[in-house]
Order: sequence, then structure tokens, then C-alpha cells
Amino acid sequence: MSPFILKVVSVAMAVATIPIGFSAINRNGHRQSHPAATTVTLAAGSITYPMPGEFLRNGRPQANPRLSRQFNKPIEIMTHQVSASDYSDCVAAGGCQPAQETRAIPPNAPVTGVSYLDANAYALWYSKATGDYWRLPSDEEWAFAASERFAGEFEGVEIDADNPARRWLTSYKAEVDLNRKPDPLPRSRGSFGVNSLGLADFSGNVWEWTSTCYVRTTLAADGTGVATSVDNCGVHVLEGLHRAYMSNFVGDGKSGGCAVGAPPDNLGFRLIRDHRGWANRFLGYLGIA
Amino acid sequence: MITRREALFGAAIGAAAVTALPAFSATVTKADIQGLPREKIQLVAPPFVHPHDQIAKGGPKILEFTMTIEEKPVVIDADGTKLNAMTYDGSIPGPLMVVHQDDYVELTLINPDTNSLAHNIDFHAATGALGGGELTLVNPGEQVTLRFKATRSGTFVYHCAPGGPMIPWHVVSGMNGAIMVLPRDGLRNDKGEPVKYDKIFYIGESDFYIPRDEKGNFKSYESAGDGYDDIVKVMRGLIPTHVVFNGSAGSLTGENAMKAKVGETVLIVHSQANRDTRPHLIGGHGDYVWEQGKFANPPAKDLETWFIRGGSAGSALYTFLQPGVYAYVNHNLIEAVELGATAHFMVEGEWDEDLMTQVEAPKPIATN
Repeated sequence: MSPFILKVVSVAMAVATIPIGFSAINRNGHRQSHPAATTVTLAAGSITYPMPGEFLRNGRPQANPRLSRQFNKPIEIMTHQVSASDYSDCVAAGGCQPAQETRAIPPNAPVTGVSYLDANAYALWYSKATGDYWRLPSDEEWAFAASERFAGEFEGVEIDADNPARRWLTSYKAEVDLNRKPDPLPRSRGSFGVNSLGLADFSGNVWEWTSTCYVRTTLAADGTGVATSVDNCGVHVLEGLHRAYMSNFVGDGKSGGCAVGAPPDNLGFRLIRDHRGWANRFLGYLGIA
Repeated sequence: MITRREALFGAAIGAAAVTALPAFSATVTKADIQGLPREKIQLVAPPFVHPHDQIAKGGPKILEFTMTIEEKPVVIDADGTKLNAMTYDGSIPGPLMVVHQDDYVELTLINPDTNSLAHNIDFHAATGALGGGELTLVNPGEQVTLRFKATRSGTFVYHCAPGGPMIPWHVVSGMNGAIMVLPRDGLRNDKGEPVKYDKIFYIGESDFYIPRDEKGNFKSYESAGDGYDDIVKVMRGLIPTHVVFNGSAGSLTGENAMKAKVGETVLIVHSQANRDTRPHLIGGHGDYVWEQGKFANPPAKDLETWFIRGGSAGSALYTFLQPGVYAYVNHNLIEAVELGATAHFMVEGEWDEDLMTQVEAPKPIATN
């Protein structure tokens, strides 16, 4: 097994061994100054999904390897993306920078115009406000929660060792074939419906930040594992109608996009509530876990 | 109390009355011209160009064109920002017209009564009468026919010029395009050798000036006239809110990306009726570039970026040597990326390892 795969699995195991005291609603309601977000607790399960990032073998780009991932414990995740009004509470409390959103959007719309840094600031503030530990989902957690709404990598991208342009052209065509027209204006939460797990608005016109860093992995020449991998945590993975990678400080999907291809309409996020045992919480309060 | 629409319309009628005075007096040559063969040309919307011969067959002709002016709202970016556009034949820019030197261009300009403003056309390729502007002012419900002789070869801008402050406003509302007058024996390179193109694309770059509300969001208006005061204020700041190719950001990307093959020679005609620009083909070059657009001058060779003066059209001839997705941009990259001036070429073909190869893929920095 490759070191990289091992790393992923070890994270999974760590999650799996965290003691949990889960419930679908906030048990600590009496301590919080902020109304609890509606969440859905997903039962343990597994997915097979294309890993994010860029993969090379023998110096040539490779299709993103598909990884089977087992979630041994339930995941509690917000039903909706964090709303603009929820986010404004954080801004009012001094925990967040104002979102870069000036358009007239419905009051109950998801917050948009937020960077990875903004999303993390909100998670930190919201954790303090509720007394629970909230964080961004990892890419694989997002894929698991999005279920049938998860898109991942484009289909039909050709890798031709003798002609690197095949990949650029077919990937461009794949994006064109999505035939997606710009849909810029955020809508009220719930407008994009719920998925089979009862979670709302996945892969609508708001892309969601994940806690997963952009990583470039060189696969071993014999295909049995990872030769090297370099993380760039100045760039994080966003998920939505298609995968995107953006610098942490970018809040506007359109200006943060690449030279070619259709950029995300809007950037937002939702959070996972981690159920950690008292020891983890204690360490968390000390800032070392 | 008159409405803005009536006021604009009224001013236009006044102007029309004045310009009706000069009589067309072509006495000696009129009969000769009438004996020339005629050909009707069907214009097509940019970036495409109507079929034409690169080398003229036979002697000069009268080429008949018709353009219908359309005032209509158009969306100019992915956010749905709306421009109350004025267009020649429904497109921004108007269609590229192609003729040969010494041909006669005979344009019928129609201003349907569904429009609210008076319009005309000033051809930089034409001689006299403000490029034809004095002879072509038409009110809604009118049409006019102008003929001019294409005496000079090259690419030239045409645009609406209905007088005073109407001129820049109409131009930055979309009323501009280009005509290409080819030498009768076709294009020649810097050594005087004939060159030809397999494909031609016409890119008209526009600078738009959309007013914003107090929150910084773009405003939209019921009609062109309603936005006039606000737009002129933004125009006077000389900083466009949008710099785009062919009428909107993304009009030449995605499914509308231009297509070519390795080995094909493409002529890219680029016009900007109002403001300087500097086209650049990322990963390619201009093999032969008529920067000022006039074919009597030898083309410059091997350019990386070329300069198109505001109020002119130039062209670049390039043979694609490598497959891939190319971006064709205004190389003020702020204008290209933030304001919209980016187009794409999708070029199919075999990769030339000699021209470029990735010797070693990215990997962790070597340590001793």
C-alpha cells in the first residue's frame, strides 16, 4: 500500500476511533448564544471516488485514482450551506470578515463571496458560540455526503503519452459538454432540492470549500503506490458541479478560476460537527488538538 | 414635458434634415458604375466571415450589402449584466464585410421603426462625407443606400457617428464593425510573396461603461436613453467596466471557442473602434502582422503582441504548429482576465516534441 493511501486511511482510522456522543440535534443548546444549525447524521458507510489533486506516473499525467473509503462512524453535517444571515452574526461578533457579496440576494440564501480563510474563521467562531467543534468537511466526507450529487472529475479526458494536448483538449470539451450556463445569483436555501440523504443544495450554484489541500502525487512506476507527493495547502479543494482548486484567500469563484474552463459561480461552505471525547476537547481548549 | 426618448429622437430628426441637403452628383462615372457586375453578399455574424475569394476573379464589381440596425438588451458577462445595445445586424461587433480594392461597396442600412434612435455609418475605408456618415443618417422607420469605392486595401473600422455626444455613446453601445479590403491579387508577405489563409476569424473588441448602484452592483435600464446620463458619467472616467471580445465576456470560449488544426493558417482580424488594445496569442505568434491593418505596407514578422490603435482594425496571419487550447487575449491581462477580453482556440493535431517537451515532470526539489 502506498504511503499516500496509508495517510488517507490513517486519517480515517483516527476519525473512527474518536469517541462520539452524537445526536441529530445540538445537545448543548443551553450553552449556545446562536441558534443551532440543522444537521443530518449520516450512518457509517463507504464510497469509491476519484481522489482530488494531480497525479503523475513516469512524468506523465494520470487519471485521478479511485479510492474506496470506509467511514466507520456516523458523520453529522449541516443540512444546508451556512446562510448569509448566519455568517453576518459572525461578522457582527467580530469573528469573521464581511463576505465579498454586494448583490441583492434572498435573505435566506447561502453565504457567498467567502474564502477558505473566511470559512475557517466562521467554523472557529461558530464552535465557540455553540460549545461544539465544527469544521469544514474533507473532500472525501463531502463526496460521501453529496452522494449522487457528487460529480468529481470529468469523464472522457484522454491521456496520450505522445500528445499532452489531447488531455487539454478533451478536458476542455468535457467541460463544454456539461453545457452549464452561468447561474450567478444565489437563491434561497433549499432551492436546489435535497439529495437521497436528506441534505440540501449540493452541486447547485454555490461551490463548497473542503479542508483538503491540493496535492501533486507521483505514483510509483510499477503502479503499486506513491513515489512522492507534495501538498500545497495554500490551495484547497472545492466541490460542486465539478471539482475546483482555489487559493485560500479567493472569495470570488470567477476571478479565482484558471485561464481556461468554466469557473464556479459562487463560493460558500457547510460544516461538520465533530464529536470528540472529553480528552480531545480538553486538548482542543489547550490548542493542541 | 418631453421624454428622453422624444428628445433624442427629436435631435436626430433635426440632424437628418441638415444632412439631406448635399445631393449625390456622380455624373461622369455613373454610367460606368452602372455597367459593373453586381453581387449580393449575405453577411454572417462574427467571429465568422462570409465566403469570399482571396484573389479577385475578374474586374471590379459592385458588392451589395444590407445591414439592419437592432437596438436590444444584451447580456455582457456571466453575472447577467445588461447593456442596452445598439447593433449593426444584431451582433457586436457588426459583421466583417470583405471586398477587393477598387470594388464598390453598396450598403443598404435599415433602421426599423421598432428602434428608438437615429443611426448612421462612418466607414474609415471610405473617402468623403465623414466616411459616409453625412449621407446615411436614418431615423426609425427609414432606410438609406450608400455606395463608396474601396480605394485602399486593408482592414478598416466602421461605426455609428450620429453627431456630438451621440457618437461615443453609440460606439460603446456596440455600433461598430470592420471591413476588409483585400488587394486584388491577395495578401503578400514582407518579401512580396503571396500568402493565403485557410480560415479567417473576426474579433471585435468592445469597451463598455456600465453604471453601478451605491453598493457597486451594475445597474440596468429600461431603455438605452434611460441610461444615457449615467453611462456618459462612467465614459468620462475613461475606465471601462468591461473589455470584451464579440459583445460579451466568454463569447469566444467554451462551445464558442474558435477551432483550427495544426498546419492550418488562420487570419485573425481584430478591430477596436474606440480604445487601444494589444492582442496576444498565448503559446503562439503572429507570423505576419498588419498591425496598422493596411495591406500596402509589408507585414511585421514574428510578433509576440501587436498593437491595435483605437479606431482601427489590424490582422495577424498565423500557422498553428502545436495542438492544444490557446488563449487569445488583450495582453493587458487585467482587461483579459478581470474585464473579459479572452477568447480560446481549440487546435487539434499531433504534438511536436521538438518544439517543446516537459523534460522532467514536477517533483519534490532534489536534496543531496
